[in-house]
Amino acid sequence: MKRRGFLAVLGAGFVAGCNKFADSDAGSKLLGAAEKWHKGAHEFLTDRNALAPEFPRSAISPFFRGNGSVDPQNGDYPAQAAAGFADWRLQVGGLVKHPLSLSLENIRKLPQRTQVTRHDCVEGWSAIGEWTGPQLSLLLDAAKLKPEAKFIVFRCADNLNGQDYYESVDLIDAYHPQTIIAHELNGKPLPIRNGAPLRMRIERQLGYKHAKYLTAIEAVASLDDIAGGKGGYWEDRAGYQWYAGI
Amino acid sequence: MKRHALSTRLWHWLNLFCVVVLFMSGLTISNAHRLLYWGDWGFSRQQAWLEVPRFPDWMTIPGYYSLAVARDWHILVAWPFAVGLLLMWAAMLLNRHFKRDIATSKREWRWSNIKQDVIQHLKLDFDHGDGKYNFLQKLAYGLVLGVFLPMMIFTGMAISPGLEPVLGWMVDLMGGRQSARSLHFIFAFVIFGFFVVHLALVILAGPYRQIRDMIAGGRVDEA
Repeated sequence: MKRRGFLAVLGAGFVAGCNKFADSDAGSKLLGAAEKWHKGAHEFLTDRNALAPEFPRSAISPFFRGNGSVDPQNGDYPAQAAAGFADWRLQVGGLVKHPLSLSLENIRKLPQRTQVTRHDCVEGWSAIGEWTGPQLSLLLDAAKLKPEAKFIVFRCADNLNGQDYYESVDLIDAYHPQTIIAHELNGKPLPIRNGAPLRMRIERQLGYKHAKYLTAIEAVASLDDIAGGKGGYWEDRAGYQWYAGI
Repeated sequence: MKRHALSTRLWHWLNLFCVVVLFMSGLTISNAHRLLYWGDWGFSRQQAWLEVPRFPDWMTIPGYYSLAVARDWHILVAWPFAVGLLLMWAAMLLNRHFKRDIATSKREWRWSNIKQDVIQHLKLDFDHGDGKYNFLQKLAYGLVLGVFLPMMIFTGMAISPGLEPVLGWMVDLMGGRQSARSLHFIFAFVIFGFFVVHLALVILAGPYRQIRDMIAGGRVDEA
């Protein structure tokens, strides 16, 4: 047998064994558990409010790549885009005492945070941009979370492969000072490619957490009954880790 | 050299398993974005210093393209890998394996000694007597244990966005997040290179005895 052929057989055999382990009940539980250990280690090693690095303006990359949905064509999004998002509303609801419905004007009038941060895609690339928008904590405090609220779900206007995009974070990340609802990138209204007119910035997690085309923010007690139950579009669709800090 | 301590033998095989799984699942992660950059950002060919090939399914874990499953494997096995290395270092320092067998002395760094060692290796003469490693062995094991394996952990931690708030200095030291990612790949392939040479030398030097000793420890009074 040729060496390459031998290696291929050895590799394929090992891979097959790994696949078998992953498909077993105990195997899949163990693979999922590592994500929780990492989250625990991160919370142990870092302050829950410690900041992701912020960069000087000179570090901003010349282009900010879009990924996933870059030009939604479903629902009334194209019409909204054509009208400059004049009628866009952001709903804040779920387990809150005072549900809100905000226009872009309302959002622009809130106290703003501007941060130059690095966006890390799960696939491996990075880009740096300057984001401006109100902190999510401001909206959550205005709406007053009920005590049973444990997670914040982000609803989005885009529909990828027949499923509405959504994401979720726990309250630690929801109240993180750098978690903002961005409406500007590099001092200009967000481009459609990057989530116009509103997107989330969850700076301590990977790119798929930063939901684009944001329409609603919902406080919930559990993620089990939402879409596929795993807390996000990519989590449901492809098994991505819900905690995307690794 | 005395018998291989139980801790050395256990760690050796645990580490082999971890390195293989981490490398093979890492190849799937590499397939997700095959460009490497220096600095803090990079997202297209224009910025890349290297485009690596797409690795075929028989080399990758899982045996099909799934970034999510590959990441599951990678972040699970990172734990026994990192904790194992930490315990191995503690054991090596406590049982003096490091000082006795791996740390080199000034005398060994003499050019004549190194030359002789290299010539012996080139002649495939591995009869350096039982009881100790030669200079090149010490250097290789020292680099693997002290630099290559720890660098995998440090660069891996540096590309985790959740850890960056406390490891920002480390990311800066490496020249940015994309530099850290590039170094993660480079050291992975350096370790792969060590693995190939290590395996070749074990085969050339008498695989039966070498592997038996690495499992059972070897005899004490062989010398």
